[in-house]
Amino acid sequence: MKPAPFDYVAARSVEHAVELLAGDTDAKVIAGGQSLMPVLNMRLGRPELVVDIGRLDVLNHVRISDSGALLVGATATQAQVLAHPDVNRGWPLLATAVANIGHPQIRNRGTICGSLAHNDPAAELPATAIVLDATLRIQSSRRIRTVPAEQMFVGPFMTALAPDELLVEAEFPPPPAGAGWSFREFATRPGDFATVGAAVQLVRRDGVVADARLVLFGVGGSATRAHSAEEALTGSSPSRVEDQVRAQLEAELDPADDVHASAGLRRDLAEKLTIDAIAEAWARCA
Amino acid sequence: MTDGNSSGFFGRSLARVEDDRLLRGQGCFVDDLDIPNVVDIAFVRSPYAHARVLSIDVTAARTMPGVVAVYDGASVVDRIKPLTNSEELRVPEGIAALNPVVKIQPAPILAVDEVNYVGQPIAMIVAETRYLAEDALEVIEVEYETLPAVLDMEAALEPDAPLALQGEADNIGVYVRHGIGDVPAGIAAAAAVVEETFATQRYVAAPIETRGMVAQSDPFTGGLMVWSTTQTPHRVRDHVAESIGLSVDEVRVQSVDVGGGFGQKGILVVEELLVPFAAHDMGRAVRWIADRHENLTADAHAREQVHHITLAADADGYLLAVKDRIVVNLGCRNMVGLVVPYNALCHLIGPYKVRNVDLEATGVLTNTTFTSPYRGAGRPEATFAMERAMDRLAAKLQMEPAELRERNLIRPDEMPYRTGLLDRRGLPQEFDSGDYPEMLSRAIDMVGLSEFRQKQELARHEGRHLGVGFALYLEMTGLGPFEGARVEVMPSGRVRLYTGAPSQGQGHRTVFAQLLADALGVNLTDIDVVAGDTASIPYGVGTIASRALVTAGNAINQAGGLLKQRVLTHAAEFLEAEVADMQLEGGRISVKGTPAVQLSLAELIRIIPKLAGGSGSDGLSETSYFQPPNYATASGLHATIVEVDPATGRLDILDYVVVHEAGRIVNPMIADAQVVGGVGQGIGGALSEHMQYDDQGQPITSTFMDYLMPVSSMVPDIRLDEIVCPSPTNQLGVKGLGEGGAVGPPAALANAVEDALQPFDAIVRSGPLSPSRIRDLVRDP
Amino acid sequence: MGALRMSFRGSEGPIHPTTPPLSEPSGWHDISLTVNGEPVSAQVESRLLLTDFLRHRLRLTGTHVGCEQGSCGACSVLLDGVAVRSCLTLAVQANGRDLRTVEGLAGPDEPLTTLQQAFHEQHGMQCGFCTPGFLMSLAGLAEHGGTPSSDELDEHLAGNFCRCTGYVNIRKAARQAFGLPDPEEASRD
Repeated sequence: MKPAPFDYVAARSVEHAVELLAGDTDAKVIAGGQSLMPVLNMRLGRPELVVDIGRLDVLNHVRISDSGALLVGATATQAQVLAHPDVNRGWPLLATAVANIGHPQIRNRGTICGSLAHNDPAAELPATAIVLDATLRIQSSRRIRTVPAEQMFVGPFMTALAPDELLVEAEFPPPPAGAGWSFREFATRPGDFATVGAAVQLVRRDGVVADARLVLFGVGGSATRAHSAEEALTGSSPSRVEDQVRAQLEAELDPADDVHASAGLRRDLAEKLTIDAIAEAWARCA
Repeated sequence: MTDGNSSGFFGRSLARVEDDRLLRGQGCFVDDLDIPNVVDIAFVRSPYAHARVLSIDVTAARTMPGVVAVYDGASVVDRIKPLTNSEELRVPEGIAALNPVVKIQPAPILAVDEVNYVGQPIAMIVAETRYLAEDALEVIEVEYETLPAVLDMEAALEPDAPLALQGEADNIGVYVRHGIGDVPAGIAAAAAVVEETFATQRYVAAPIETRGMVAQSDPFTGGLMVWSTTQTPHRVRDHVAESIGLSVDEVRVQSVDVGGGFGQKGILVVEELLVPFAAHDMGRAVRWIADRHENLTADAHAREQVHHITLAADADGYLLAVKDRIVVNLGCRNMVGLVVPYNALCHLIGPYKVRNVDLEATGVLTNTTFTSPYRGAGRPEATFAMERAMDRLAAKLQMEPAELRERNLIRPDEMPYRTGLLDRRGLPQEFDSGDYPEMLSRAIDMVGLSEFRQKQELARHEGRHLGVGFALYLEMTGLGPFEGARVEVMPSGRVRLYTGAPSQGQGHRTVFAQLLADALGVNLTDIDVVAGDTASIPYGVGTIASRALVTAGNAINQAGGLLKQRVLTHAAEFLEAEVADMQLEGGRISVKGTPAVQLSLAELIRIIPKLAGGSGSDGLSETSYFQPPNYATASGLHATIVEVDPATGRLDILDYVVVHEAGRIVNPMIADAQVVGGVGQGIGGALSEHMQYDDQGQPITSTFMDYLMPVSSMVPDIRLDEIVCPSPTNQLGVKGLGEGGAVGPPAALANAVEDALQPFDAIVRSGPLSPSRIRDLVRDP
Repeated sequence: MGALRMSFRGSEGPIHPTTPPLSEPSGWHDISLTVNGEPVSAQVESRLLLTDFLRHRLRLTGTHVGCEQGSCGACSVLLDGVAVRSCLTLAVQANGRDLRTVEGLAGPDEPLTTLQQAFHEQHGMQCGFCTPGFLMSLAGLAEHGGTPSSDELDEHLAGNFCRCTGYVNIRKAARQAFGLPDPEEASRD
């Protein structure tokens, strides 16, 4: 299938890009194209204008800020992030999540921010952004604002981005000292979108969970924190409250049947992956 | 003529002559052809599973940018005859005696009154590019009145079911019943009876290259030139000529490089008549390349079958009776008749001896895409039913499944073996050769069955679930009625081989050249193979049904021998020697005993026109057709060891073994790769491939994101062994090989999974064995 | 051997691409890029896919189309040295970039590369339609330099479909090309 006709502009600057987004034409941003191109090729989306931000060097960074946060620019590819030594050292959960995305070819073009802006419910990155408490920097011709990851992902394929807004950067704060982490995913074939996945970060203090962040994806809706399971976990050691955690997950999860997996399988997998991820994260806690 | 014992090129794993240009990206697939001023076609396709077409307005499309022509149903209905795959629909006399039902339901070229499946073509747009053609599709206005859609094939058989095809009396497209002996008596005498339902899901063959065609009117003769992905070029030629009203002499179809066929490109579809028609009508070169969405939703589907099967055995496990009621989903109309249903029926009991058999096959119409043969063409489905039933019987008798099989196998000293049934030709079914007990014994050794059972027990105590499964099948290969070969010496002295059986990856250019090199006495590198050009040989059938090696191969052997005779006769004349003293080896003609006197083929062919005297029959060219006297019965046994994780539904294949038997092997490397390739497809179907519709008849697995093809990690390294039982049905002793790999895996893997999940009392009744399904087997057996 | 194709497409020096049809409604753009080491200047419409640019405008038909959704990998090429799906790339996005296709692996008078030769020796191809995609995926891996691990190799094969071979011989070819031992050999130690 071939895309419907559209006009194309290679944005000269971020300001140019957001000016185009603010205009009257129905415009979509393209960077790596791994999410947008299948949509265009199948004519599921018909923007009038495609704004290419791929040439903007100012958005191509993967670097550490003065405060020790990881800053990932809009056009930095998943492969770039994966290859960055600081990422593997300081944000191993992010590195693991990215390594689970698709295949090397997809990662060579796909961008971190592009995946976040697309918010496919089976994607790894939105869940990762939430569990790592990322902040998204969003620019339009009106203003620049920041949105915490927890408020960014409002529903499947829907984010807090307005039509005239561009996600320009994702900021990942350094994880709490001694935090344990785990990222687990189940996919039918390697490289497939996840059937279900869990991203977990735990902080241990005085032998119990002092802070728990559990994010599941692929279980219906957008990636979300499993708040009541987190509550059940906080203040105890994981093995002691495993049944309560399971019960909370069971109560919270309401996945649907689809062509890839039954609701029952998603629920079972979500529980199993989360319990396993909790155990792994706990073992990694300092 | 070689007696097949020649030790020249036969039996050698020679690297392929096809590879170099393909590796360099110099292949010429149909979309690679550089045809000046070619225009591109796109089709408007029905968005409804079943509807009346009330009106269609193409006027807006005609004025869209770059549009050259638009055709709708009304504009072609009187100009192109509807499509019937007549060769496939033909009922042989012997089968006619069974009073089968084979409804003739011609496919309308472009729908006029009614659409019967999502994807049915309604209008054809011809434009400067595919992009522009797709733009124009969107402004075509069609008014539909939806009709009830019949989707479930067993529901379609209910008396009050809506009709999938208006004007028909019911939803039955095909029906046949056939048997021997007294099944009720067999069942009554049985100590163990298994009654089960086993289903195979809907698949799509989905070669990586989709179907396509380029057609052009010859500017001088007005004849039609068609380049096609077809597996059956002569049939395409004949249908195109007939449908459009041209003489068969004026249509030329040429197979180019083809990126896989597997049967999907082995039947005609209406688009393949419309493309040449458009070229002829417009006097322009036109091109149609199906995109993947069309390939998955609107090109032939396959394999959806249900078997309601009963096995009856005595206390020792000897089969007393087999009864099977088979239901086959034909899709929107009967396209290829008894091919798949009867193939399933006559292969059902496989290599087992049973004298009371009652088999019934019904092909049902539903408002889904039409179905056609796909690698195995009914045999994977039949093998799934029978081999699953055998394992259920073994469970009932508390017998090792391999042991149950062993007891019922036809023995090699009983060959040739007559089942008492009729084969697809309507003649007594006879298996020519094979050694099934040896095959089973080898497979048991290769997987180490007894050690495995111990290991399995230990693993169970550790909470791990391992299982072993077997699947045994035979295949009647080398389908007739004929195939041909024409061989000739070219002015350069090179030898050219023409045949009607083109290649879609099977390496015909190498394998056929090996046969000819031996039969004629030239080097492999002296030979060029042109397969699938209808102008080069007047008749052909094609590459389907594991037939090419047997039929084309033997035709080549015959033709090569005849050509050799001609060469030696002419050379003897020229050299004034006795024909009996002449020899042709390595492309050099010589007189025995006088090695100094030599002649090349290039020299000979130059001399012939000037050679006075002789018989007057000059020329170094021979055509030969081979009519197989019977099928050549190949067989295979798959054995697999798996581990199942009940918590996740994950299945790991720990070992996969195939012992195959396909007569004498021309090129072992290519033969093994055909088996492994088939296994890859079989594993895909066993584990993840499933073409699905929703309850409105909308295809929901319409992209590769949802129709899950097997990838490298899903196919382990396959261990192969082979038995050779040369076929007595042909001089070369060869049998067909291309499909078997795909026949075994769904059964073998299902048997292994059920074995692994025995503690859960799981019974595997259908595929694919996705994580969801495995979880369900564990949770709700 | 095989008298079927006389000329090697792409061998005539700088490539002269054809232009978009006049009736194409989306805007045209001038692009300049390097293709297999040769400079190319062309006009392309906004929506033209890189696959179609290569195949139909530059007549480099070695890159194949299998799905146009990014699933099958038949269209893989190297864009600035890394393997990408050309069906998910707009031709206009290749402006200023370095592109390498299967035709660029071995020139018409050159022997096959180690990688291509391995596919030939291990019978890692049947119909050959998916083969350029595999070759370019693996060429992308080779760009990293060094010897990949067995897992890395498997990862770089995971994004390409083959319907004919069942993958076994493709893995053998890839291992041979990268100098990795056969798993059977490896386990024998």
